[in-house]
Amino acid sequence: MPELTYADALREALREEMLRDPRVVLMGEEIGVFEGVYKVTRGLLKEFGPERVRDTPISEAAIAGAAIGAALGGLKPVAEIMYMDFLPIALDQIATQAAKMHFMSGGKLKVPMVLRTQYSLGRVHGAQHSQFFPSVLFQVPGLKVVLPSTPHDAKGLLKSAIRDENPVVFIESGMLYRTKGPVPDGEYVIPLGQCDVKKTGNDITIVAVSRVVTEALAAAVKLEEQGITADIIDPRTIQPLDLPTILESVKKTGRLIIASDDVKCGGIGSEIAAQVVEEAFDSLDAPILRVAAPDMPIPFSPTLEQAYMPNAQKIIEAAKRLIG
Amino acid sequence: MPYGADFKQQAIHMHGTHSPAAVGEQIMASGTARFETVKSFGPVEANELTKHAMSRERLLQMLRKMIEIRRFEERVERLFLQEGALIGPSHLYLGEEAVAAGAVGALDDDDLIISTYRGHGHAIAKGVPMKPLMAELFGKSTGTCKGLGGSMHVAIYPEKGSVYATAIVGSGVPIATGVGLALQREGKGRVVMTFFGDGATNTGAFHEGINLASVWKVPVIFVCENNMYAMSTRADYAVAAESVAARAQAYKMRSMVADGNDPVSVYLAAKEAIDAARNGQGATLLECMTYKLHGHGVYDKGDYRPKEEIEAWLKRDPIDGLEARLLKANLASQADFEKIEKKVAAEVEESLAFAKASPVLPFDELAKYVYVR
Repeated sequence: MPELTYADALREALREEMLRDPRVVLMGEEIGVFEGVYKVTRGLLKEFGPERVRDTPISEAAIAGAAIGAALGGLKPVAEIMYMDFLPIALDQIATQAAKMHFMSGGKLKVPMVLRTQYSLGRVHGAQHSQFFPSVLFQVPGLKVVLPSTPHDAKGLLKSAIRDENPVVFIESGMLYRTKGPVPDGEYVIPLGQCDVKKTGNDITIVAVSRVVTEALAAAVKLEEQGITADIIDPRTIQPLDLPTILESVKKTGRLIIASDDVKCGGIGSEIAAQVVEEAFDSLDAPILRVAAPDMPIPFSPTLEQAYMPNAQKIIEAAKRLIG
Repeated sequence: MPYGADFKQQAIHMHGTHSPAAVGEQIMASGTARFETVKSFGPVEANELTKHAMSRERLLQMLRKMIEIRRFEERVERLFLQEGALIGPSHLYLGEEAVAAGAVGALDDDDLIISTYRGHGHAIAKGVPMKPLMAELFGKSTGTCKGLGGSMHVAIYPEKGSVYATAIVGSGVPIATGVGLALQREGKGRVVMTFFGDGATNTGAFHEGINLASVWKVPVIFVCENNMYAMSTRADYAVAAESVAARAQAYKMRSMVADGNDPVSVYLAAKEAIDAARNGQGATLLECMTYKLHGHGVYDKGDYRPKEEIEAWLKRDPIDGLEARLLKANLASQADFEKIEKKVAAEVEESLAFAKASPVLPFDELAKYVYVR
């Protein structure tokens, strides 16, 4: 199977969907002439022209709003918000407009749009260019939220997101853009709302999200050396969340760690833990642990940022606490 | 005199000492004095009504739309304030009818609009039937939004090209830019018109949205209903510009000012903006100077406004004004007006009976409206 970077896999998804459906248009800051700050849109302006690959001013609210309008008008826009840190500037459009249109119109309106963004935790970008707060979007029913962790998933999930009839927030990891992985030739899509079990084991369930999936897999290798085997589950989408797959694993292992790059309080781990407790309390042999970032802004110093971030070692420590 | 810093004094001066017609003229002049590139469409005199290819039928149609909006909303107001039959926020269009009647009247049926939380008038002007409108106000399943939207979203009715109505001030501006992009790509010459008030022009979404519309030259008509107040906050305090139209100038966007209490003035301005948009000449900001009969929402009496100002504007009632000119020009008779009134009154009462008799959506059906499946 050919290997592609995460960025190139995303680009293939965009390109294939643009070829497949003339309604797909791209819009965002620096996506055309500059080909994206992380080169995800490389070559697309040349291939599809400025009518379909649209550079925008630095206007996040207008980017999201125009994407909504374009969707209402019959297009399938893929808008880019360069950093997730800039997403709150557009949050009215995303949370209060796009997410509610289908519902509050009694099902008449549809907003088939994708809002791509990325978080750069780990890239030494400081407190205002590294944030990762997908759990905010748990409070916004009507959105789908996608968090791919591999090139394979990135491509298949983005294609599904573009074909979806709902507004989708597609959160990429800046740390993963240059990582390579197998991506099959030819057409495939990955349905939204399905976990991927990245590795199977018996002693512990580790639900890991986005960049941290790699850390969880590294932790699993070390744990295996000590006789502990883990199910590594990547939800891939947190809205909708494939809870049955997680529950099935927890019923087998009796132990759960949720690992993600957001701050611990009110994060992805909080919600998954609550849902597991509600549905599978009797299956748990130990407390649920969250491996997440501490409840503080992200420090700039490369050394401090590394200390701040969830990693394989922190996951291993959590596993040992549970298994002892 | 531009309506900048001196707007309040000017308004009081104008309204205290001049005839209603003169008020209209001064309002028009005020928005344009320092901006020669802002095209002004003043009130149209009786003897000029049928100029500009304006037919008697079109004039009567605009009158009819204004009367539909007026009578529908008067009934709605009573349902809120006297009968206690309706609850929740509702923002009446009373006094501003000429803007919707004139601007939407200049659109073709397959053109689109984006409305706001003050949307009853836009919806009626675009041809949304009264029955689903009234039913939506009652939260019934037969409403425009099946009872899930309410008054602030009642204008959502894609069946008639009313593709959205937002309750967040200013947020419709970038959305309209996006709809304009879709229509530009479609290439059939359709346009989208969106509405907002003077207050919306102070939001970031407005500035981002019209800038992007100008950059992309999309076929959008941005209609500002300048009723001089954002709730109780006066435009002369909060809008740091000579006029709303002048703000468009800063974005290289064509801008116009119309008399928002004269549907003919609004129509003529809108028509020019629409033609330009259809011909690939991009967006226009059309500022319509108008006034609310009452306050911001149905429970607000608007008594923070100077009495003499209210009285002067009451004398410029858009319905009375058009009827007087139609009579003067021998284009219609009192009997014509009575016929319209009778039909509209019946339509309003039918819509009310329909709304009251309609069921509410079962709660257990709501989940299916969260996502498109």
